Amino acid sequence: MAHAHDAHAAHDHHDDHGPAKGIGRWLFATNHKDIGTLYMLFSLLMFFVGGTMALVIRAELFQPGMQLVDPMFFNQMTTMHALIMIFGAVMPAFVGLANWMIPLQVGAPDMALPRMNNFSFWILPFAFTMLIGTLFVPGGAPAGGWTMYPPLSQQTGEAFPMLIFAVHLMGASSIMGAINVIVTIMNMRAPGMSLLKMPIFVWTWLITAYLLIAVMPVLAGAVTMLLTDHYFGTTFFEAAGGGDPVMFQHIFWFFGHPEVYIMILPAFGIVSEIIPTFSRKPLFGYDAMVYATASIAFLSFIVWAHHMFTVGMPLAGQMFFMLATMLIAVPTGVKVFNWTATMFKGSISFEPPMLFAISFLFLFTIGGFSGLMLAIVPADFQYHDTYFVVAHFHYVLVPGAVFSLMAAAYYWLPKWTGHMYNMKLAKAHFWLSTIFVNVLFFPQHFLGLAGMPRRIPDYSTQFADWNMISSIGAFGFGLSQLLFVYVIVACIRGGEKASDKVWDSGRPHGLEWTLSSPPPYHSFETAPEVK
Amino acid sequence: MKIVKYAAAGSLAAAALLPTGAALAAWEINMPVGVTELSRDIHGLHMMIFWICVLIAIAVFGMMIYSIVKFRHSQGAVPATFDHSTKAEIVWTIIPVAILVGMAIPAAATLVKIEDTRDSTLTIKVTGYQWKWHYDYLDQKVSFFSTLSRDSDAARQTGSGIDPNSVENYLLSVDKPLVVPVGAKVRVLLTSNDVIHAWWVPAFGMKKDAIPGFVNELWFRADEPGTYRGQCAELCGRDHAFMPVVVEVKPQAEYDSWLAEQQGGAAPAAAQAQTVENAAPATAAAAE
Repeated sequence: MAHAHDAHAAHDHHDDHGPAKGIGRWLFATNHKDIGTLYMLFSLLMFFVGGTMALVIRAELFQPGMQLVDPMFFNQMTTMHALIMIFGAVMPAFVGLANWMIPLQVGAPDMALPRMNNFSFWILPFAFTMLIGTLFVPGGAPAGGWTMYPPLSQQTGEAFPMLIFAVHLMGASSIMGAINVIVTIMNMRAPGMSLLKMPIFVWTWLITAYLLIAVMPVLAGAVTMLLTDHYFGTTFFEAAGGGDPVMFQHIFWFFGHPEVYIMILPAFGIVSEIIPTFSRKPLFGYDAMVYATASIAFLSFIVWAHHMFTVGMPLAGQMFFMLATMLIAVPTGVKVFNWTATMFKGSISFEPPMLFAISFLFLFTIGGFSGLMLAIVPADFQYHDTYFVVAHFHYVLVPGAVFSLMAAAYYWLPKWTGHMYNMKLAKAHFWLSTIFVNVLFFPQHFLGLAGMPRRIPDYSTQFADWNMISSIGAFGFGLSQLLFVYVIVACIRGGEKASDKVWDSGRPHGLEWTLSSPPPYHSFETAPEVK
Repeated sequence: MKIVKYAAAGSLAAAALLPTGAALAAWEINMPVGVTELSRDIHGLHMMIFWICVLIAIAVFGMMIYSIVKFRHSQGAVPATFDHSTKAEIVWTIIPVAILVGMAIPAAATLVKIEDTRDSTLTIKVTGYQWKWHYDYLDQKVSFFSTLSRDSDAARQTGSGIDPNSVENYLLSVDKPLVVPVGAKVRVLLTSNDVIHAWWVPAFGMKKDAIPGFVNELWFRADEPGTYRGQCAELCGRDHAFMPVVVEVKPQAEYDSWLAEQQGGAAPAAAQAQTVENAAPATAAAAE
């Protein structure tokens, strides 16, 4: 309350004041920079929680035979790993970036709805306390996969309602975050910044925010129906009562596919910011990038059933979803070509953000290729639910989304903290991550093609060799991330003073670089002019 | 220590097995070709898309690597200032569309073939259970459960101390496999008694979900006698990894005598009685 009053007073009198003292600064935060920091630190924590679960999975899969955990606990780990990484690590990290960067990039003093911003963040710790708390209730954590397919998910124990309510809370948080992004971008751009002059990161987030608002309520509806099936005698998804278990999959993936793009469109935006900076050349085809992003977003609503080709769809349905899915390759290809054309005839230097962006370019494209293969329905009948799929979505999510987040952190960290970080360690972090991520995920293509199903705690001995390699990669990748934390913490605590432009490349362009490093607690109180 | 020993043994075994292409497909990196027309078609499609992707990758990655090597700031590269080229952008929109159409046509043709379940000589109803399969030869009045073999089941218990390498076909063998005649078009009707499962034999190229309340169809015609192994491919709970699919493809005469044995013996009758009882809810649900 006191803080709200302060903020109000500051607004009236235009006197510069710093952050509140103590824990109150964070609990009652309404400053977009503080909330952005909270989001990103929270996501970093969740990245390690989810990562630890991944290591439990890979440790069990190191050798054939059951050595460490019960199969039920293994299933809990796969389920929780996915939920935590998607809703706890990747999504909040992007929302945190949006909070920090959108006001700076559009020249706004703050997000449009600061109190809702506080609320949308502080829901998350409660949601994840509840979700992770399921590990300690009778029956253990949810073990039916993050996709929560009934009837299997109905076999969840006491964790069931906790899972549903945690998902509801995450959804509410995402929707509020998305509303805030849209309202800020639509109403608070600096004078002169027309839509097609916005930085590309802002564009990708605007489109992402619309996706979030469109699909999170669908997920909420789906899980609510699971809940009423479980406790209130409805039979939406129960065949015995005239319901339809496949209907859940349709509803879920109508959320789930746009969700995939929610996790990758802002990554496209980040990479589109970084590559021009370090190529010392403007982004190639800005307009095409915007239209490609919008096309991908549109297509994401009409391809959902490619996640469920094996449920037994009519031939026409399979054809439609195959063709629509293949079509996504076109705008995605445009993006990859445009990034390449941005580098072409540039003057490229290889600072850590650029290294991660280049790695993104190569490895995300590999994920795109396997995605194209998966779109071919007859081939998908072989690939479906094997490690080939696991390899595919980890390639687009880890060296895709997560690498873009690391690139963003290394790109803007000096702006946020006012300090340069340790370049040597950051580069070491890059090389370790890039090498191990491939050791970890590339062999999973082979495992899937050779016939290893996903979500199994034990496997036939013919899969032993590549699994061992993959597990070695997993531990290497996991441990390398400790270096990331060290670089960030050291950079927050001190280091060489960063200049306003940070990068000496002549670029970077964008309003955030006109501010000091770190920017004042309240920036752009008078809107800048954009020509 | 055990792990190190295993690693050494594993790589030795792999080295020994690789040239012979033995059943133990250690270090296997590609999809097996399979023994049915569909699986060969699918394998062909898979390889076609793979090589198209490789070609695109060579072009795109080549361009990226060229740019990274050639236009280095440290080598004094001077950046150009262009920021778009409508011509280039039209070209790299249209070419992918053409490639995609080229991929879609053979894929669609195969898909039509896959969906054609007419004129089958044998129909088998497969019902998924947590965690075993039930096979029902609808017209031959033979039915039985198929569960993970005992030696695999003993070895897979947590901390069993049994080395999986000492178990033949670890996790891929059952007490009673499905038996079908070679060269016959077998139609499989899939459903489930509890949660969703998926029936998959990689060598047949087909996988389909077994869903309570639904009857899904797939077909295969195996060209060579042999034993083909697969697994449940849809997460179905605790023992999802432990309900393999094993199909024995026999010459017609052997199949006929196997069938006569199943129909005549006393044991199958008892099994059948139990079966009918268990399968009843699934049948009722499927009937809707």
